[in-house]
Amino acid sequence: MRQRSLVALTLAAVLTATTAGCTVERHWGGGSNAGGGGKAKVGLVTKTDTNPYFVELRAAAKAAAEANGAEFNALAGQFDGDNDGQVRAIENLMQQGANTILITPSSSTGVLDAIDRARKAGVLVIALDTATEPDTAVDATFATDNFEAGRQQGAYVKAVLAGKPPKLFMVDGTAGSTVDTQRHTGFLKGIGLTDASPEIKGKTPANGDQSLAQQGVENLLQRTTDINAVYTMNEPMGRGTYAALQARGLVNQIVMGSIDGGCEGVKNVRDGQYAATVMQFPKKMAEQGVLAAVEYAKTGKKPSGFVNTGSAVITDKPIPGVESQDTKWGLENCWGTK
Amino acid sequence: MSTLTLKGNERPTIGEFFLRAPAVGPALALLVAIVVFSLSTDTFLDLDNLSLVVQQSLVVGTLALGQTLIILTAGIDLANAAAMVLATLIMAKLVVGGVSGIWALLLGIVATVVIGMVTGSLVTRIKLPPFIVTLGLLTVLTAAAKLFASGQAVPVADSLLKWLGTRRYLFGGIPITYGMTLALLMYLALWYALTRTPWGKHVYAVGNAPESARLSGIKVNRTILSVYIVAGVIVGIAAWQALGRVPNADPNAFQLGNLDSITAVVLGGASLFGGRGSVLGTMMGALVVAVLRSGLTQLGVDALYQDVATGALLIGAVCVDRFARRQQS
Repeated sequence: MRQRSLVALTLAAVLTATTAGCTVERHWGGGSNAGGGGKAKVGLVTKTDTNPYFVELRAAAKAAAEANGAEFNALAGQFDGDNDGQVRAIENLMQQGANTILITPSSSTGVLDAIDRARKAGVLVIALDTATEPDTAVDATFATDNFEAGRQQGAYVKAVLAGKPPKLFMVDGTAGSTVDTQRHTGFLKGIGLTDASPEIKGKTPANGDQSLAQQGVENLLQRTTDINAVYTMNEPMGRGTYAALQARGLVNQIVMGSIDGGCEGVKNVRDGQYAATVMQFPKKMAEQGVLAAVEYAKTGKKPSGFVNTGSAVITDKPIPGVESQDTKWGLENCWGTK
Repeated sequence: MSTLTLKGNERPTIGEFFLRAPAVGPALALLVAIVVFSLSTDTFLDLDNLSLVVQQSLVVGTLALGQTLIILTAGIDLANAAAMVLATLIMAKLVVGGVSGIWALLLGIVATVVIGMVTGSLVTRIKLPPFIVTLGLLTVLTAAAKLFASGQAVPVADSLLKWLGTRRYLFGGIPITYGMTLALLMYLALWYALTRTPWGKHVYAVGNAPESARLSGIKVNRTILSVYIVAGVIVGIAAWQALGRVPNADPNAFQLGNLDSITAVVLGGASLFGGRGSVLGTMMGALVVAVLRSGLTQLGVDALYQDVATGALLIGAVCVDRFARRQQS
């Protein structure tokens, strides 16, 4: 009998400890209806909560919420593609009475049903970073124009080549993802090629992963080393590509560009691993999202449409005709560990 | 639930008590969690929220049902979520291609049953360890799903495929979806099959001591194969549940579904060495995880701390299992 109560006590203690040990901070008063009272209750749902990009987005949104007297709660999926986790997050935020939900959808179609339910309940829903398909599924989208970011990268690489015909490797992200497709086609537009152009000497998808990019490019280099330009869809893949090129002693004959604007990426540009990166601004997305939430809580006015939060070429080798910023400016505005 | 028998009027020790009724531990944990969260938040003990918690645990809860069967035979299925994702894609793609919802659903389930038959055959005929077979299948099925869908998600508009999540009714003020009803029926059916039929007794016997089972005339291989086939049906139905929750078949979804289902089964008091566990325990195990997530979220606890709590609970559950076994011996 004594042992039995001991086990029950232990179980109770473990559970109490897990709840009391962490910050017992009540984010919402609970029970209040969305849209009422003039106080903004902002919920943020990111794809994951470990990627530095989303960590920055979350920190910026939290700071903006504190500065504007809004309540704030952030949830996330467990991995990129965790639609179920994001639906759960939306439901839980609604349950807690959020009147605005800011979301970076894991897949552009995965959470539309839950978003629809939230909007029908009077919640303002804004997509950050990644647009939904169709984009009218949310009230508004605050994001980088990824096609434009890709185009800027392509235009810069073309300018550096200075009239030489490109011989190009393309290191893509996850096959079929919207952001990947937009950056890829934007780059081709910027450099003046199409997917069928013979100037493209090889393509490899690397899921945004550094080691996969390195492997992919190593394999492509078995086929040909006669290249002068490389497109990488994000900076980790840029680093993997650099490692593969360096092993073959090719880094000096190649112009490589990337996209993201993480602090490590800017440092890579400064150290000459690649010629340029195109920076995007998660902080702006988060801040503008929170401001829209505050405005909605006060006046009931909703934002609409696609709001481009901009992108900028970061390079220490500026080329006339291509607008760019240097890496010093880049390090002041990058996201991640500075 | 267990093969353990007590002699005469001897009082069971605490260890024997847990061995005899493996669902008691998780039920207790569930109760404590519900009480703690009801007292510490205003929003947890809300009928809508309680319904939500159950809905959120449906897919993993269904996957865990199949996992329970396999773990009872001392096996493990690392590929169940990958098979489920492939089935959601098959269903979604067939519907997009003009096939009616009912045929898409059936063909999706046929696919998971075939996968179950392949796994079961490799385990019983070639005597491969289930861990290795399903680890290999996990890679194969994940890649197959991505190839099949060209890496892209497929939205599902068919009302039958979405039916389990969208249709709901009120029961005593609690919103109940058809998905919840179906899951409950499945749990009841399997509980009956495991505890009240010879097949169920064979499953436990095979998991406990395969050699004794064989000597006592049980067709061990046939029983194990049947378990993988039934689990295949359940995985197919989990795919239907998943489309009810998120009507979007995504090759990148449910990457942790296999581990989540194993967590639910182990939290439910089943032994990874086979022969011990119950569907009731698994139901409690799946609910404990969902309750913990929901309650901690409402307390504003960071998601990473929630993972810590879930992991700690899992280790705690295995400790209870060990403790119980030591008492028995």
